[in-house]
Amino acid sequence: MQITQILFLIFAAIILGSAFKVVTTKKMIHAAFWLIVTLFGVAALYAMLNAGFMAMVQIVVYVGAIAILFIFAIMLTRKELLDSAAPLNKNWTVAALFALLSFSGLFTLLNNWRGFANTAPELSADMDTITELGTALVTPNAYLLPFEVASVLLLAALIGAVYVANEAKSE
Amino acid sequence: MIPISWYLILAAALFSIGLFGVLARKNAVAILLGVELMLNAVNINLVTFWRYNAPETVTGQVFAIIVFAVAAAEVAVGLALIISIYRNRNTIVADDLDMMKW
Repeated sequence: MQITQILFLIFAAIILGSAFKVVTTKKMIHAAFWLIVTLFGVAALYAMLNAGFMAMVQIVVYVGAIAILFIFAIMLTRKELLDSAAPLNKNWTVAALFALLSFSGLFTLLNNWRGFANTAPELSADMDTITELGTALVTPNAYLLPFEVASVLLLAALIGAVYVANEAKSE
Repeated sequence: MIPISWYLILAAALFSIGLFGVLARKNAVAILLGVELMLNAVNINLVTFWRYNAPETVTGQVFAIIVFAVAAAEVAVGLALIISIYRNRNTIVADDLDMMKW
């Protein structure tokens, strides 16, 4: 077994273990902390896939912004009652069944795919993905339009979020 | 070298765990945490297929970056809705939010 395979298995165990804690932990704030562990594991996977920019964006955007937003929301909606009550609703066995079904369905689907055992092609030494990515995002013939649409979507979502969360007192 | 199957199975497992969280959790914030796990599984798949099938292009990574932006928008709106609901109804247990039930 090679060193990369061992590393992958360690990261996979960290990701799946902490993801399981995210969906089962009783205290919401702990669930958010476990989510941060999962996100760091996913960032490590991106680094293993030679996607260094994705790894950095994962840490900056997910851990730095989204996880913090979650922690704020949990603290703002905190109630002692919620922490002591059971975290799962009464249909959790059906939900577990659905999750198992989706996993086995995905697994059989992937298993029938002939490229399932492919290995990664070698990257040429002079390849600079980050420069290419940056150029592609601002080139009109490449991905300028999707990039701008994503920015407008984010702006609209943030204005909407401010409007929804900020209830006027005069009404 | 790691075969592509390892990444795909890991992403499938992460997606299923997220699905379980969405279906089984009581707290509305926890449901959003499950959605985040599912989006991360999707992103792992996108970056994996980029690396194994077309590393000379940037399409897969651009796709994953758009997913990042959509995830951030979704979390912002979702958490704003939850905070607003908490202010008006004083609960964020998803089972109690049944005012649209006829």
